[in-house]
Amino acid sequence: MEITIPVLILAIPFFMFLLLGLTGMKMSPRLAGTLGTIGMGTVLVLSYYTAFTYWFSGNPLFQADGFRLPVEIFNMTWLQFTPALAIKIGFLLDPISALMLVVIPTISFMVHLYSMGYMHGEKGFQRYYAFLSLFSFSMLGLVVATNIFQMYIFWELVGASSFLLIGFYYTLPSAVAAAKKAFIVTRFADLGFLIGILVLSFYTQELDFLPMTLNPQEVFADFGGTTFLGCSVLTWALVLIFSGGMGKSAMLPLHIWLPDAMEGPTPVSALIHAATMVVAGVYLVARLFPLYMLEDAALTFITVVGALTALYAAVVACTQIDIKRILAFSTISQIAFMMVSLGVASRGGEAIHEGLGYMASMFHLFTHAMFKALLFLGAGSLIHAVHSNNYTAMGGLRKYMPVTHITFLIGCLAIAGIPPFAGFFSKDEILVACYANSPLWGVWMSAVAGMTAFYMFRMYFLIFWWDNPDYAARVKEQEAHGHHASMPHESPITMTLPLVFLAIVAFCGGWIPFGHLVTFDGHEYNIHIDWSVAGPSIAIAAAGIALAYILYFKKNDRPARMADSCRWLWTAAHHRFYWDELYLFVTRRIIFDRICKPIAWFDRHIIDGTMDGFAYVTNCASQAIKGLQSGKVQMYVWWYLIGAVLLGAITALCIL
Amino acid sequence: MFSNILIYFVVIPIVMLLGLFLCRDIKQIRAVAVTGSVMLTALSVWLLIDYLGLRAAGADAPMLYTDSWSWFAPLNIHLAVGVDGISIAMLILTGFILITGSFASWQIAQPKEFFLWLILLSTGVYGFFISTDLFTMFMFYEVALIPMYLLIGVWGSGNKNYSAMKLTLMLMGGSAFLMLGLIGIYYHSAPAGQPLTWNILEIASNNAIPEGWQRFLFPMTFVGFGVLGAMFPFHTWSPDGHASAPTAVSMLHAGVLMKLGGYGCFRVAIYLMPQAAHELAWIFIILTGISVVYGAFSACVQNDLKYINAYSSVSHCGLVLFAILMLNTTAMTGAIMQMLSHGLMTALFFALIGMIYGRTHTRDIREMGGMMQILPYLSVCYVIAGMASLGLPGLSGFVAEMTIFVGSFEHTDLFHRVFVIVACSSIVTTAVYILRVVGKLLYGPVYDQHHLSLTDATWWERLSTSTLIVCVACIGFFPNFFADLIKFTFSPQIFAVLGLN
Amino acid sequence: MDITMIWYLIPALVMFCCGIYGFLTRRNMIAMLISLELMLNAVDINFVVFNRYLFPGSSEGWIFTLFGIAIAAAETALAIAIIINFYRVCKEIDVEDATELKH
Repeated sequence: MEITIPVLILAIPFFMFLLLGLTGMKMSPRLAGTLGTIGMGTVLVLSYYTAFTYWFSGNPLFQADGFRLPVEIFNMTWLQFTPALAIKIGFLLDPISALMLVVIPTISFMVHLYSMGYMHGEKGFQRYYAFLSLFSFSMLGLVVATNIFQMYIFWELVGASSFLLIGFYYTLPSAVAAAKKAFIVTRFADLGFLIGILVLSFYTQELDFLPMTLNPQEVFADFGGTTFLGCSVLTWALVLIFSGGMGKSAMLPLHIWLPDAMEGPTPVSALIHAATMVVAGVYLVARLFPLYMLEDAALTFITVVGALTALYAAVVACTQIDIKRILAFSTISQIAFMMVSLGVASRGGEAIHEGLGYMASMFHLFTHAMFKALLFLGAGSLIHAVHSNNYTAMGGLRKYMPVTHITFLIGCLAIAGIPPFAGFFSKDEILVACYANSPLWGVWMSAVAGMTAFYMFRMYFLIFWWDNPDYAARVKEQEAHGHHASMPHESPITMTLPLVFLAIVAFCGGWIPFGHLVTFDGHEYNIHIDWSVAGPSIAIAAAGIALAYILYFKKNDRPARMADSCRWLWTAAHHRFYWDELYLFVTRRIIFDRICKPIAWFDRHIIDGTMDGFAYVTNCASQAIKGLQSGKVQMYVWWYLIGAVLLGAITALCIL
Repeated sequence: MFSNILIYFVVIPIVMLLGLFLCRDIKQIRAVAVTGSVMLTALSVWLLIDYLGLRAAGADAPMLYTDSWSWFAPLNIHLAVGVDGISIAMLILTGFILITGSFASWQIAQPKEFFLWLILLSTGVYGFFISTDLFTMFMFYEVALIPMYLLIGVWGSGNKNYSAMKLTLMLMGGSAFLMLGLIGIYYHSAPAGQPLTWNILEIASNNAIPEGWQRFLFPMTFVGFGVLGAMFPFHTWSPDGHASAPTAVSMLHAGVLMKLGGYGCFRVAIYLMPQAAHELAWIFIILTGISVVYGAFSACVQNDLKYINAYSSVSHCGLVLFAILMLNTTAMTGAIMQMLSHGLMTALFFALIGMIYGRTHTRDIREMGGMMQILPYLSVCYVIAGMASLGLPGLSGFVAEMTIFVGSFEHTDLFHRVFVIVACSSIVTTAVYILRVVGKLLYGPVYDQHHLSLTDATWWERLSTSTLIVCVACIGFFPNFFADLIKFTFSPQIFAVLGLN
Repeated sequence: MDITMIWYLIPALVMFCCGIYGFLTRRNMIAMLISLELMLNAVDINFVVFNRYLFPGSSEGWIFTLFGIAIAAAETALAIAIIINFYRVCKEIDVEDATELKH
């Protein structure tokens, strides 16, 4: 494959960032938006071309004996550390990076297009497009990384662009706080990632993915025995690297930044905090999966973290009011599905394909990106119409916003796992992998899947069906006065077009023979529905929807009574089980008040005090002896005389 | 004598001093300052190109352009010059900071005297970087330190007399240790029976300092230079000094002068006494490791912009010394890159703080807010500087820190690796204090309505800041060029002594 | 009667002691200056005498004496200048009052 197209895929968004960032303020917003969108459109075409060439060209470079081969299109040294270790910047094409080359530009292009309508008239429109380009560049660089350090570089860059975009409305204190929180929490996780890389590099003397993953046993041969604090060094390294993924993918206990990140513009939430950046953690684990295969302990860790997060986020999502927060928790929960799927992937046993969980995870990554972006953009459309994030301000909107309504419904059905929508297929594969691993995880994840259906349809009914007396009053008023201004209305074409496109993908994305495109070992694999798992899971999802229907379809007081019956649980879940308060306590009361302030005090008073003390002592001493310096010349002569006589006497005594 | 290119790094500043002496008005003074510093920078860039050419042609001496002129024969003191990749990197750094510093003090009061002292200071800095004779080096070192007292004491702000005195006395205290160390080195510079020498290259090749003496002289020189490199617990001059100093002086001091410390530690303490360095490194690794973490935590609760930045400098310069002590090529390369990177970005920080202070007349972040709406250009520059400081890839901080961390982590001893992890944790704390400032100062609503009438950067301010940003981005984008330039310098002989890589 | 070295040294000693006594007891600057001159001259006498009697072959003593006289002259000129200036400022020449420069 030629080098030009891959280079362009990375270069165009970066160039757009520079162009819009440096000269954007001189352009009209429309021009800047169009330029950004055209740039992304070009990238979309190029990366589709690249991905399809990889999958379907049958080129022996990419495919041999039914194997899909990983290929480094280019790989150049960017910074040489030691003769063995170097940061390289390259372009790695393999099934999962090809998958991401489809997902990222698709969502990104949709968001570029959508934002033309959504962000219309906002101050800083050009800046917004510059940041979007920066993000797209970083995310593409991340997924095509050939080198773990390249991944880290772009990992940091997506973090920074996420910071800039969350803080887009920088005059709002809440947006600033959310941006800071997102950056610092993920930075903390990245510390683990960095240490993991360091440990790995120390023992393997290798930073490139291909040599590391192609025959991991060999690379890690001489490091299996080394232990540190009771665990093998490899486990440490892998868990630390995974902790970076926990930060980016908002796994418990580092999830707290994601709900707050919803302070950013809604299309940004769709792009970064639902579809692409937050799955970077999953992608990281998938990328290093051959290494994780060597260490059961690390995989178990991933499974446990993922399962706990999935349950936690699902419970919290049931009690939120802000629709973007509900979607955020739903995102956390779904990403946890992917993590669990990876965690259970290795031990499939004889009957199941070994990398089933891996494939399922990637499949879910793909479908989730599509339907979650759809849901977020739909939520954006709603927010655009009613100017509020809370469902309490909505209700009965189906009449006013038909396109949004239908597409949103498709998104909800997809995430709930109802056939034939996309989510069903991918979630089914995940559940199969879970049951194959252990019934515990199978039942656990099935329950979470049921809750997913419940909270998504709770939101759906509350938005589109539940009566809103406010609107009824307004309709009356409208009839009385005959003007249309104040009613919610459907969004412009630039916004509905992406919705429709994504709805189509969310509808039929599951029919893609995914096993032929992305598998763990490069072998093709036929997905078949295991009805012993799929049947019950459809039933559970349907039950969840039914429950939501009973509670939230029409305005009634059943939800309030239910909340009252277990008030403490509802309150705790509504407050997200007080994680934020805990973090605030730790950072404010412990780190700031108990560490930083004492250190600053210590520095000013003890360290600096010692230095000042030296000066003070010197000063006192000189004050004390300056009386001798009386300025009276005759005194000096007396002293001199006495000294001379004494010296003479001593000399005389010594001689005698 | 004047056929050697290096001597012009001292000659040009001296000519500038004469020129400034003759100047009558501020325009002439600016012209002299800018022309001179541009000439110096151009000269250093030309030197770099020529140097790379010579290296490519196969010159493999540890230092090139070496020359030596005796100026006090009884003690064998020479004006000996010579440069390698590290010194050239430092010369270029000094040039850029001098230019931008001149622009940053475009409207200073009493410009003639100010620039006289400033140029005298840079004479010392340039002389220090080109010298290979310990005595001459020390002399230039002192020439660079003394003007600082007047620059802070006369043109400073706040509690300036106290700060100037503290800074001078602490640095002079360091010099006392240093002089003891240097004289000690001189008296053991050659095997018995051979003439003593001050020349670094000769001392290194003689390798005659007995180990017992090294154990005494190494701490002397390391602490002596370490005071200027803001090593814990000798760093307290830095917050006060920087807070009181005028903009250009803060820039030059944090950007270049603190680098003298790191450079000296490497060039004298480690280069001449590798055995002792190997043996005693752990003490200083603990101290510098504390510097790194401690500076970062202290910065988190400061409210004065300059204090935040000064503590951040303690943290970043601590990392320089920390990496030097790891005694391997990669970590040391990282240390020198960190010196470059920190020099540029901290100069940028101080320039911006000076510009903001010049407008708002306060540096307390509690009394400002929403600057992004009022001063967009300066605020964006501040965000970029902050991002460089917290190690965003594509800017200089990242490559330097990563080289340090990876290099240091290659150390085979577990103790060292654990300390590397401790030092790594500073990347989180750095993010905290940088974003705290960004959030309070630049983002958020406008705090003081009077600030709404402020005007954004003037052309000279734009020129000054954008030059620095371009430099920071250059290092961040093409790190391998700088790494190679520096790496070649770690000629095998120093590590051969230790049997290290 | 032989005139030995002691004949010269005793007057010189007397002169020197007078000088010391005067320097320590007088408060008048002019008087102190005169005492100082007495001491210097006593020393000059000693130089000449030692040279004449102990090292008749060499001439360092003479030369030092000449030096001493020259320095004494210069010193007197300087001291008088200071005293006159001091007088102009303070209207007196008492050494006890010359404390302005002390701090």
